Amino acid sequence: MSAHRKEPTIRLEYLSKAYRSGEGKILALDKLSLTIEEGDFCAVMGPSGSGKSTLLNLIGCLDRPTSGRYLLKGGEVARLSDDDLSQVRLRNIGFIFQGFNLIPQLSVQENIELPLYYLETEPRAAAARAKDLAQMVGLSERLAHRPSQLSGGEQQRVAIARALAAEPDILLADEPTGNLDTGTGERIMELLLEQNRRGKTIIMVTHETDIAAYAQYRLQMRDGKIERWEGR
Amino acid sequence: MKRASRLIRNLSLGLKHVRLNALRSFLTMLGMVFGVGSVVAMLAVGEGASRKALEEIRMLGSSNIIVESLKPAADTAASQRSRFVNQYGLEYQDVLRITEAFSSVRQVVPVKIVRNVGRMGSRELELRLMGTTPQWFELFHRPLLAGRLLTERDLEQGSNVAVLTEFVARALLSMEEPLGGNIRIAGNAFKVVGILRSEGEGGLTPDKPNDVYVPLSVARGRFGDLSVRRSAGGREREMVELHQIIVQVASTEEVPSAALGIEAMLRRFHPKEDYRVRVPLALLRQAQETKRTFNVVLGSIAGVSLLVGGIGIMNIMLASVTERTREIGIRRAIGATQSQIVGQFLIETLVLSTTGGCIGILVGLLIPQLISSFADMPVLVTPWSLVLSLGISMAVGIVFGLYPAIKAARLDPIQALRYE
Ligand SMILES: Nc1ncnc2c1ncn2[C@@H]1O[C@H](COP(=O)(O)OP(=O)(O)O)[C@@H](O)[C@H]1O
Ligand SMILES: [Mg+2]
Repeated sequence: MSAHRKEPTIRLEYLSKAYRSGEGKILALDKLSLTIEEGDFCAVMGPSGSGKSTLLNLIGCLDRPTSGRYLLKGGEVARLSDDDLSQVRLRNIGFIFQGFNLIPQLSVQENIELPLYYLETEPRAAAARAKDLAQMVGLSERLAHRPSQLSGGEQQRVAIARALAAEPDILLADEPTGNLDTGTGERIMELLLEQNRRGKTIIMVTHETDIAAYAQYRLQMRDGKIERWEGR
Repeated sequence: MKRASRLIRNLSLGLKHVRLNALRSFLTMLGMVFGVGSVVAMLAVGEGASRKALEEIRMLGSSNIIVESLKPAADTAASQRSRFVNQYGLEYQDVLRITEAFSSVRQVVPVKIVRNVGRMGSRELELRLMGTTPQWFELFHRPLLAGRLLTERDLEQGSNVAVLTEFVARALLSMEEPLGGNIRIAGNAFKVVGILRSEGEGGLTPDKPNDVYVPLSVARGRFGDLSVRRSAGGREREMVELHQIIVQVASTEEVPSAALGIEAMLRRFHPKEDYRVRVPLALLRQAQETKRTFNVVLGSIAGVSLLVGGIGIMNIMLASVTERTREIGIRRAIGATQSQIVGQFLIETLVLSTTGGCIGILVGLLIPQLISSFADMPVLVTPWSLVLSLGISMAVGIVFGLYPAIKAARLDPIQALRYE
């Protein structure tokens, strides 16, 4: 019970996000409320267009809500400047995407180091950290390779290493296994599970039930609203 | 330290993109290359021209006014007659007139020029005898190599003495005993009392390599004012008293007014226009005129090339921003601020423009070489002109790189991440 005393990591209150589209407006998120505690592993499920990515982008401070409140560790995010939002993304959040999103011109090592570069970490310390992370995801031998020389599963492991580089406490994954076959996807999930065990808060969008089963609990979305919770 | 290492990383990233698109980058840089090349060439020509003018002024003296005799347009009917004597030019009287009329005048040095052959033993050489006063050497400082210069006593006593240039001395004298010998000119013997080094290579110096200096009174007494020259149409008789009068005024500021005054006064006494007033200081104006012409021509080329180069760079950077939209989205999602994105693209533009600028400087160093070998124009590449050119290429990079960089930074991260 004591965990409930303290402020949850993420608290959304009546959060709405509207997009202008042609003549009308689309409510991608409709007065959505939600709390996520530190160390939770939450899977977000729902049909295509139900607002899962929009929710993740808002939590990840890539976007601002149209209305409602977003408290990140008790702090109001909506009022932050663009530079402050960048800082939040840099220090508190690690993104993992369906399409891996590595920078093709950079080596594996440079991709992993990227957040450390923006953190202005001393280059030698950054290189050492990148090596440790590569080892953790099992890619020590591939540091000098380009992303295009790696398989999809390997690329996603690089992306996880990069997401962990700045030691954020929240990992946001949007269909991280969407582009991978089942076996490779399971390997990725093992890595995420391991991070969750070490205390990272993870929110993962997926529409595969066996992938969602790795999470502590699941929430089902429909039309920008939470339809139901499972397992909490 | 952090800043430096970050700059180095940004630079290396910039270089990486330049190298990845080597051909495209090179084509983009061409405008910069020609632009900066023209700037370097322009500055080199300008600097060369003014340096040359200053050098000439140094040789002619910035506070000097040089008045020369000028053969007036020939009266053909009269000159056809066999006994016709063409009398023109400056007179002994003019020296007095100038000396007395102008308070700003410090020295007036008359020069009478006689062309004749000088002999010594079996050697002979075409000479230019300069009958003048000792003050000539005060106006034009020429290093004395041996012996002495002309003196007032030489002038008063009408001594048959001569001061030779090094060139004449080498041609006529034996090196063991240069001084004290006699050279014979048209039946007169002149004792060699001194040897000096002339500056007489360039076209504008008052002296020539084959000059021999003798007292004015001696030149006048021995050779008179009448000279006869054989020409195609027979013999040409000329009567000229003085060929040059060199006037030194007290200060450079007084040169223009004194020159006008002298010209006005001479006009009263010389109905024919048989003289010319030259002001060395005016050479500087002339050089600046040349410089300006070149500046306009090369400056336009430079301006247009830099503009074209800058637009080319902007174009390529806009294309690069579009191509790398997804990369920008990734960087923003990771936590890069807008200004960090601006910095990244600006540095890439700077790498592009300064690389082009450096190649341009090399081209610019070649152009002056070509100009000076074809057009006989002095050129001078100064270090600061290279610094300026580098500065210009960086400025072009910043000016034309800012818009693409800002455009990159303003991209919506989510849209950028979705971009295919
Ligand atoms: N940038 C946008 N402009 C307009 N409409 C958008 C934009 N992003 C998302 N949408 C709309 O918002 C709704 C939710 O989208 P999204 O969050 O991507 O759904 P999901 O990830 O669950 O498939 C969809 O109807 C989508 O078309
Ligand atoms: Mg989605």
